[in-house]
Amino acid sequence: MSRKLLLTAVAALGLVFSQGAWSQNIKIAVLGPMAFVQGENHWAGAEMARDEINKAGGISVGGVKRQIELVKVDTNEIQSVPDATNAIERAITRDKADFLVGGFRSEAVLAMQEVAMDSKKLFLGAGAADAKLCENVTKDYERYKYWFRVTPTKSADLARTIFAVLGAVGAQIRTDLKKETPKVAILGEKAAWTEALVKAAQDNLPKMKMEVVGTWQPSPIATDVTAELSAIKRSGADIVFTIVSGPMGIVLGRQMGELQLPAVAFGINVEAQKDGFWQATAGKGNYVATLDTFSEVETTPKTIPFVKAFKERFKKTPTYNAATYDAIHILQTAIEQTGTIDANKLIPVIEKMEAVGAAGIDTWDKSHDLIWAVGKTSGIAVQWQDGQKVAFWPPQTKGMKPFKMPKH
Amino acid sequence: MFQDILISGLVNSGVYALLALGFSLIFGVARIVNIAHTAFYMLAAFALYGLLVVAGMPLLLAIPLAVVAVVALSLVCYKLVIEPVRQHESAVLIATIALALIFQESLLVAFGGSFRGIPNAVEGVVSILGVRVSYQRLIVLAVVAVTLVATWYLLNRTRLGLAIRAAANDQEIANLMGINVSRVAMYTVGISVALAAIAGVVVAPVFVVDPLMWLAPLVTMLAIVVLGGLGSLKGSVIGAFIIGYVEAITVFAVPSGSYLKGAVALSIMIVVLLLRPEGLFGVVFEEER
Repeated sequence: MSRKLLLTAVAALGLVFSQGAWSQNIKIAVLGPMAFVQGENHWAGAEMARDEINKAGGISVGGVKRQIELVKVDTNEIQSVPDATNAIERAITRDKADFLVGGFRSEAVLAMQEVAMDSKKLFLGAGAADAKLCENVTKDYERYKYWFRVTPTKSADLARTIFAVLGAVGAQIRTDLKKETPKVAILGEKAAWTEALVKAAQDNLPKMKMEVVGTWQPSPIATDVTAELSAIKRSGADIVFTIVSGPMGIVLGRQMGELQLPAVAFGINVEAQKDGFWQATAGKGNYVATLDTFSEVETTPKTIPFVKAFKERFKKTPTYNAATYDAIHILQTAIEQTGTIDANKLIPVIEKMEAVGAAGIDTWDKSHDLIWAVGKTSGIAVQWQDGQKVAFWPPQTKGMKPFKMPKH
Repeated sequence: MFQDILISGLVNSGVYALLALGFSLIFGVARIVNIAHTAFYMLAAFALYGLLVVAGMPLLLAIPLAVVAVVALSLVCYKLVIEPVRQHESAVLIATIALALIFQESLLVAFGGSFRGIPNAVEGVVSILGVRVSYQRLIVLAVVAVTLVATWYLLNRTRLGLAIRAAANDQEIANLMGINVSRVAMYTVGISVALAAIAGVVVAPVFVVDPLMWLAPLVTMLAIVVLGGLGSLKGSVIGAFIIGYVEAITVFAVPSGSYLKGAVALSIMIVVLLLRPEGLFGVVFEEER
């Protein structure tokens, strides 16, 4: 009897102790499509932040150091939005996550945002660009105030960055090719997120003294654009303005190289942001340029150390989803400043914060959206040059290299 | 522009023809609606990627090995999954959908969701009628042509081809004539999947390899076989060329509507079906009964 009692007491103590130790940790759920490169980067960025903070003793909450515990949440959001909402629900109810970071596909993040707001959980987005995510905060602050966007800037600001870079590329063409009015072919996948950008390009490029020679809009899942590129070649375009997120980005780079198209591709090409682009294009994606977030340039004092450490650890360059690293550091700053993990007390602190992260220097407007500024939240532009992804814009950032034109 | 349409349409039509022919063959002989057909095409592309890029095997060894491995897998799947339910068409349909999803998810686990590229067999471009065409695309065309001729020869000039055609015509009579219809069905599965696998390995260097690459050609292939007439081999090849060229014409004629190429092709299929419900070369349903 006494032995039984002793065992019960030990078990009970063990349970209390383990729960006590467990509850000391701050649980952060990292949400992303973990079988895909976006989710891999969400997780890798979060791991970098966790290890860095835990190695230094953890986050100081009212003088008590607490370790970070990450929960890997595979949202499978690229394939299924319901999977994403189930995953976030599980992270909140079963895994008892204190905070949420990540998300990628706008439709899925909008759905996950609702679940997070129902539970009043602070959700720092690191992937979705849809403006509606932050418009919700303006419309119903009390419900949606728990949402903040860390990366990327919203679609409209993305356009501001693109046209700023396009202006620089156009200027180089005028100088190098002695063409006063560079010709631009718009190649955008037919999707909701590209509509405004295509329209803006058609309206703005003539004002920027560039001639739009045509607009081609293949399906987002197209895997062959030879027909489009043949037509673009006949149009005599100097720039192929790309707005693509799917596999077409790879095929485009590869086929432009194969067909020796005398034009440079610049715009948004999500696949060209990844290290695997060069391999996927079988080494033919030379001169393809795209907006990006991370490179070994001094966007902030934290950028180069982060990118170097990331590359050393994961053998690849981070994509913008790895800004979960910044998201966790933002949480750390707010928690240490307030001495609590109470979301309602953290929100006013984040709202007033100027967060110097690895991806940029973040400040937020009333809708909890990033305030756009060149060199701060605008991101950078990169170009593939002989197998290396080289950053070339904004030129004032330390470490930028020249943009190169294909041989005509 | 005419030359552009001629050349771009030819390559795509050829690949579609290989896929549709294999699908039609297995439907005609064994009445199997194999939704996993393009999943085998995807598996072949991944097998080539694994052998050539990951394992570093020589191309000339990797290609036949990839095709043989996929055909062997298809025969195992046929024996274990399809044959036990072959008499129930809806069960076969569901089983093949399940197979395709298993392949997709397995590749997702093994390789992740990234897009992958395979180097060309031969580098360089050639100008045909003023249109630049890569040597790899010419290889695709040549392989498609040879494969189509070889399939025609197999079906029309060999004893196995005779048995396949007999089984396709009337399974019961073929059985009474001493043809082992079950075995013929298995051989047909092998031939049909070999056609898909050949398509997979030749286009892998031209397109991108990813675990969802089986979905887009599946819809087009189904449209082609319905357009050409279910089970009609001639119809599949002609249907493939019609759809391939309609897609090419759409891109050149309506650049800003190039995403509509699939929709235009499917609309043509619907128009043909309204005029000829059995498809261009299909058997009239009443006769079939």
